[in-house]
Parts: sequence; C-alpha cells; structure tokens
Amino acid sequence: MTNRLNLYKYSSPATFYALAGKMIPWFYGAAALLCIVGLYISFFLAPTDFQQSDAYRIIFIHVPASWMSMFIYIVMAVWAALGLAFNTRLSFMMASALAPTGAMLTFVSLWTGALWGKPTWGAWWVWDARLTSELILFFLYLGFMALQAAIDDPRRADRAGALIALVGVVNVPIIYFSVRWWNTLHQGASVSMTKAPSMAAIMLEGMLVMALAVWMYAIAASLSRVRSIILERERNSQWVAQLLETEI
Amino acid sequence: MNWNSWSEFFHMGGYALYVWGSYAVTAILIAGEILLLKSHRQKALTLARLTVKYSKVKDDESAA
Repeated sequence: MTNRLNLYKYSSPATFYALAGKMIPWFYGAAALLCIVGLYISFFLAPTDFQQSDAYRIIFIHVPASWMSMFIYIVMAVWAALGLAFNTRLSFMMASALAPTGAMLTFVSLWTGALWGKPTWGAWWVWDARLTSELILFFLYLGFMALQAAIDDPRRADRAGALIALVGVVNVPIIYFSVRWWNTLHQGASVSMTKAPSMAAIMLEGMLVMALAVWMYAIAASLSRVRSIILERERNSQWVAQLLETEI
Repeated sequence: MNWNSWSEFFHMGGYALYVWGSYAVTAILIAGEILLLKSHRQKALTLARLTVKYSKVKDDESAA
C-alpha cells in the first residue's frame, strides 16, 4: 500500500517537477564524465583496427546512438501505454519529452552509419533491412512529434501520439533482428546476449562507456524537456503560481 | 599509444573526413539540443509567469 501511495506521489507533476530539477545536474555530470572517459578509451586506448584502420572509431558513437535510438522508443511506448491505461498526465508528458532526443540520436545513428558505410562499403546508403528500418524509426519519431504538434487539444494530442508510439514499437525488434532475418550488407551484432562479443575487450569497453554516457545524457535531456512541458501544461494550476512566487 | 603526433591523430589514418565528420556532427547536435532545451525552459517560464499575472489581474477585477 505504501508503495502505491509513493508511486502516486511521484506521478503528480508538481512533485516530479521538483524531483527532476534535482536530478538533472547529476545526470548531466555523469554523462560528461563518462563521455570524457569513453572518448579517451575510444581514441587513445583502443588500437587501430587491422582491417578498417581508424575508420572503425566511428563505432564508438554509431553503436551507442543506435542502441539508444531503439531503447528510447521502447521507453516512450511504455510511457504512452501507461498513459493510456491509467490516464496519467505525467506519463504522456514523459513520452513527448523523449521523442526529440530519440529522433536526434536516430539521426546520429544514420549519419555516422553513412560516414562509416562510405569508406567500408563504398556507399553512403544502401536500402538494406537494417538501414531502412532505422530510417523508418526516424520517421516514426518525426511522425509522433508532428502529430502531437498538429493537435491543439493536449489531451487528444497525447492519445493520438500514444497510439503512434505503440503501433510503431513493432519496428524496434525488426531493426534489432533485421541482420539475422535478412541478408544485409550491415554486419551482424557485435555484442549479443547469447555469445561472446566479436571484438577486442578494450573496444567493447569504449563502446559500453560511450553508451552509458549517451544514456545519462538522454535522461538529463528528457527530464529537462519534461520540466518545460509540465510548466506549459500546468501553468494554470495553483502550484505553478506558488512556485513562481518563491522562485523570483 | 596510437599516435606519434597530433597531425597523425587528426589525420585518422586517412579517414579524417569520416571519423571527424561523425564526431563533429554529433557534438553539434547535442550542443544544439542543449541550447534548444534552455530556450524551451525560458519560454515555458515566461508563459507561466504571464499566465499567473493574467489570472491575478482577473481575480482583482472580479473582486472589485
């Protein structure tokens, strides 16, 4: 019962606004620290690859950005589902707050992929299953944001957006398994849960540290965005009025 | 250590355009997002302040 009460407490925008405000600097700090360590490993500790020379160093952003682009979409869909199930305003706001960061990271994944594809495959872009499904993910993020922006009533915008988020989540396993289901130019997974990673330990470490950095950054950015969304949506409420009085 | 000099580091084994093109665009996008988040917050605060001010004026009017 106490757990339930606590959850309700943090699903209140007023409480969450304050809590998020306290957490953001820590997540930004962790992201910066991990990024410095990750870049040091990526450029100074990880050796030059014997096949790809230094072009492979793109992996240290490409893979973390790709992982997070899929992960953020799943988190967004979970918030959307919670919002639809329990009709909690904050859940919808969290879903909206995640989309721009997810879209940005999806773009990073596509961009770095193109810059890696050119020297290794000889093409910026090919219509293979992995690349195409990641491009669809980018459009899903954009579609979610465009749809929400196009509907004036925030409650209806929330529900319509949540529907796109939920329908689109089917694309995430397609991206993930595309390299197994189809013959793709894109290489298979370097890291998987079932077998030992097919790369040198130090390269793997660099990639994981960078992935953690992107993760922390994504949390900080979406918390920061959700605070602005809360302020916009709750501006007529008593607690915002009180907050602004104490703040100034 | 992988690099004997800074110029070798920037040269990236001949893949400078691809490697630095990836890192630079990512850095620009993240910096851009942080700037957008800041301006979003300022806009939200301004909007909330205006709303509070406006509702006070309305309250005063209805009280008078």
